[in-house]
Amino acid sequence: MLLIHCPYCEEERPELEFRHAGEAHIARPTDMAAMSDEDFEKFFFIRSNPKGVIYERWRHVHGCARFFNAVRDTVTDKFVMTYKAGEPQPKKLPGAGK
Amino acid sequence: MAKAAAKRSASAAASIERHPALAGGEVTTAGVRLAVLPPAERISLRAPEASITALTRALGVSLPKAPKTSAAKAGRTALWLGPDEWLVIDEAGGDPLADCAGVKGLHSAVGISHRNVAISVSGRQAADTINAGCPQDLSLAAFPVGAASRTVLGKVEIVLLRTQEDTFRVECWRSFSDYVLAFLTKAATDAA
Ligand SMILES: [Zn+2]
Repeated sequence: MLLIHCPYCEEERPELEFRHAGEAHIARPTDMAAMSDEDFEKFFFIRSNPKGVIYERWRHVHGCARFFNAVRDTVTDKFVMTYKAGEPQPKKLPGAGK
Repeated sequence: MAKAAAKRSASAAASIERHPALAGGEVTTAGVRLAVLPPAERISLRAPEASITALTRALGVSLPKAPKTSAAKAGRTALWLGPDEWLVIDEAGGDPLADCAGVKGLHSAVGISHRNVAISVSGRQAADTINAGCPQDLSLAAFPVGAASRTVLGKVEIVLLRTQEDTFRVECWRSFSDYVLAFLTKAATDAA
């Protein structure tokens, strides 16, 4: 079982308590009605789906119930780091860029 | 017809009696004792930092700020569930909902007394029994006396509170209580 560090509970907790909640840092448009269909499609449906590091929203649904963000490697399934919702996307990842 | 209906409801009212889910339920194995706890008053409390002092004063028990902790005073326990969320359980016949009503500061207090059923798991193998369906580390180092957490047991969500070294209080939703007691009973048998 994976252990995921919840930034609100401040400790690692078993993955059974968590739920994945899609890609992170997708800004909701301020005026959706004025968007072209193409732009709306980009915002609503198109995700980066990388092979490697991805920024995701997770929710500690059966714990503190809070949403937070996680950096995960889609190849190894390793959680690189987690941080609170609303915090900026970390530019430098632990263990990267050496 | 209306008259007959009125008569029926009047006679129904006369015989209303509350039958709490699983009342009196008890299971004992070599290492564990499970007991369905008596009804208690409970509130689900949400409040920002600024209201905590006033709510603490009104409730008479402090609202813990550290994750996975609880505070207890005079039969009333406040369990940290999230950064601005607590479960308050009153086993002394008080009314925490009424106590919060006078607080002017922003907060949300919802009465959930009968939404939950509590089961006590005690004995030498209490932690092993719960760990049959709960993935958290329940060693005394990781989950000491007073530790409290929302988590899972089997396929349902529970709130777990360690009241003594060998005693836990398992709070579950009423409609899941049958499952939880059956699950714990099986686990207690296996643990023994
Ligand atoms: Zn958490």
